[in-house]
Amino acid sequence: MSGRPILWAPLVAFILLAAFLTYGLAKPDDTNITSKMVGAAVPPFRLPPATPGMPGLASADLAAGKPHLVNIFASWCVPCAAEAPQLRAIADAGVPIVGIAVRDRPEALADFLHRYGNPYARIGSDNASQVQMALGSSGVPETFVVDGRGMIRRQTIGPINPQDVADTIAAVQAAR
Amino acid sequence: MIAEAGLAALWLGAMLCALQLVLAVAVLGPSSRNSPSSSTSPSSKRTLGSPAAGAALSSRDPSVRWDDEGVEEVGLARLVQPVAVAQAVLTALAFAALIALFVRVDLSVLLVAENDNSEKPLLYRFAGAWGNHEGSMLMWVTILGLAGAAVALLERRLVPRMLIATLGGQAAIGLGFYAFLLFASNPFARLDPAPPEGRGLNPLLQDPGLAFHPPTLYLGYVGLSVAFSFAIGALVTREVGPAFARAMRPWVLGAWIFLTLGITAGSYWAYYELGWGGWWFWDPVENASLMPWLAATALLHSVTVLATRDGLRAWTIMLAVVAFSMSMVGTFLVRSGILTSVHAFAVDPRRGSFLLALLLIYIGGALALFALRVGTVREGNRFDAVSREGALVVNNLLLTAVLGIVLVGTLYPLIVEAVSGTKLSVGPPYFNAAVGPLALLLVIVMGAGPLMRWRREDVAPLLRRLAPAAALLVAVLVALRLLVPSIGLLPLLGLAVAAGTAVASVAPLWRRNLLRTPLFTWGMVVAHLGIAVALAGMACDSAFTVERLVAASVGQTVTVGPYSVRFAGVDPSFGENYEAMEATLEVRRGQGDPAFLRPQARAYWSPPTETSESAIRTVLDGQLYTVLGKQADDGRWQLRLWWKPFVTLIWFGGALVALGGALALVGRVARDVRARRREAAFA
Repeated sequence: MSGRPILWAPLVAFILLAAFLTYGLAKPDDTNITSKMVGAAVPPFRLPPATPGMPGLASADLAAGKPHLVNIFASWCVPCAAEAPQLRAIADAGVPIVGIAVRDRPEALADFLHRYGNPYARIGSDNASQVQMALGSSGVPETFVVDGRGMIRRQTIGPINPQDVADTIAAVQAAR
Repeated sequence: MIAEAGLAALWLGAMLCALQLVLAVAVLGPSSRNSPSSSTSPSSKRTLGSPAAGAALSSRDPSVRWDDEGVEEVGLARLVQPVAVAQAVLTALAFAALIALFVRVDLSVLLVAENDNSEKPLLYRFAGAWGNHEGSMLMWVTILGLAGAAVALLERRLVPRMLIATLGGQAAIGLGFYAFLLFASNPFARLDPAPPEGRGLNPLLQDPGLAFHPPTLYLGYVGLSVAFSFAIGALVTREVGPAFARAMRPWVLGAWIFLTLGITAGSYWAYYELGWGGWWFWDPVENASLMPWLAATALLHSVTVLATRDGLRAWTIMLAVVAFSMSMVGTFLVRSGILTSVHAFAVDPRRGSFLLALLLIYIGGALALFALRVGTVREGNRFDAVSREGALVVNNLLLTAVLGIVLVGTLYPLIVEAVSGTKLSVGPPYFNAAVGPLALLLVIVMGAGPLMRWRREDVAPLLRRLAPAAALLVAVLVALRLLVPSIGLLPLLGLAVAAGTAVASVAPLWRRNLLRTPLFTWGMVVAHLGIAVALAGMACDSAFTVERLVAASVGQTVTVGPYSVRFAGVDPSFGENYEAMEATLEVRRGQGDPAFLRPQARAYWSPPTETSESAIRTVLDGQLYTVLGKQADDGRWQLRLWWKPFVTLIWFGGALVALGGALALVGRVARDVRARRREAAFA
């Protein structure tokens, strides 16, 4: 020991730093990023049907008294395919799900729904990604919980994983 | 076959690295234990098998050099250097094997399949080898090995004991990173079955800048490991003095030059490639490269004080430890997924834990060694507050303060989340406000320092020497304030300080015989001038940039700054692995001849990504920067146009700084060589 405590200060500072870094590594990965849109109303929009046989989607549909799950997806998106079973399970639990198909073609979308199932009540076609961007979404898949008055309650970036299903259903029910 | 050979070479390199460490410990171990207070103990106490060998390895006798006969008797010690060289060769072979795999697009290798693509141009297949986590880690280890080999082959100033301690330190660092590669980031892992086609390289990285930027930056990052090992060697052998500082200086200088070049090039690359018109965003990854630079800059100056005036001993050691520690912290931040960044590499907590363990061992170990040993280092020479040393100390403190601000700002989101659970991000407003004033002060001290004498300076003559620069500073301040009343405070001060400092920087050449002025003095002048030039560029960019964001239809003309830009049309265009919409912009300054700029909105196929490729017209007094955005539903196109007066000074200044470093390095090495020749002639 040199007897000069100040010499140990750098080591103490570094250990403090390392403690924060350890915390940063250990903390659970939180995908529910609160975007600026959470707490705001869904911006007004009207999207044409994305594929024959399915109705399109307008912001008015989301303010009709019932909470919804709004899923932004695309047939060309691989994680969206992985997410499909979870969406089916959520729809089976009675949660209304509407879709916004981003930069998609009607045939490709029909094929996607045929292959992975169709949990959607309505699907709007967002060819220019304009509604997607207005919602504050930057990629697919992304999912919003919208309450009965059309207010955004939650945003989930990335696919809904099997362990998130119960939590998502609860969030929609709480948004009533 | 190539992959297996590469992996085998890597394993062999790792084993030689272990051998290097064992040898160094074996040579140094007993003597370190036998000499309790070695800075005062006579050299004969350090017995190493035989008294002769002990004397030969002693660092008290400055006449003993590595190639002297006495060392021949210590068998183990003689092995350390060849082992260091062999290790570097093997690792370089492994890296070459990885490059070969990428160039041949061997899709049976996982890393190649994930990052390469046969449609990619050759340059990017080549550079793709380090455009990913595993490959860049292998490059890191390769440079670490090569740096060690360079020390083993080139270092002639160090006494043998300390050379071995330094190579031991280098091996200790290497061992951890070899383990990280081999156990957590194997670049040669196979993929079975091999896919028919690879995924490609992030299109943002498909730019010639990528081929050169990371290797340059890494040479700087990892080059600092040498300074770190020197510091460890000095602490282990308890030899901190001018001789040690003179030996360490060229290595610090070399790493610092590459770091400067890497940051400058990286800034320009981000500026033209990302298409948002900015040259620095305080992104965590940018900060990760800036922090070692700040520490290395401080180290460079304090090592000079130690070399010429035998002062700042403990401080120099501390900075050598901090500089490479910042490289390692940067590596950790970029690769652990702990911070979100535009260009974070591998988001992987498991690798993060491994790296964090390495940080704890190396940085924690070095700091503990520092605390234990540095108290026994004799205090260096004293000096007056007003003196060249005094200015260098102030410069050091300011650099360290800036480093602290950047470090805290980078980690602040993490700290806040740990304490209060809220997520937030720290952006340019914090950094600009916090760093700006300190940086200006730093530049002022930088300009004044070289005009002071070593040890003590009288205030009156100093003020006389500083008068011209100060007068210019004030003149520019007043003139700008009157001519451009709207200018912000920081840019205003920035321009004035830049002008004053530019004059002060070249003042050391005043009334000197320029041909007989030593090259390293030229180096200092050029580097300091470069800082002033870069500062002027930054201030101009933030004060005078004009931005226009328009939705333009074909045929429309928009003015931005002194330019009128006619949107002549949009045509499809194809590259080797992308398709693009290419705008033709007819740009004209006043009544001059038109020039054509062609910014592109690109869509890459593999992986599918959209990028915008800016088109820039560079003229003497600035740049016209154009970006083509999306097409709106009504058929008009988004155009972003910037007129940026004198923005190029930022990177020109950066290049001058690096050039100054290079001049200083050449000057120092040349003087060394001449001194050795003279010695040999006398002998």
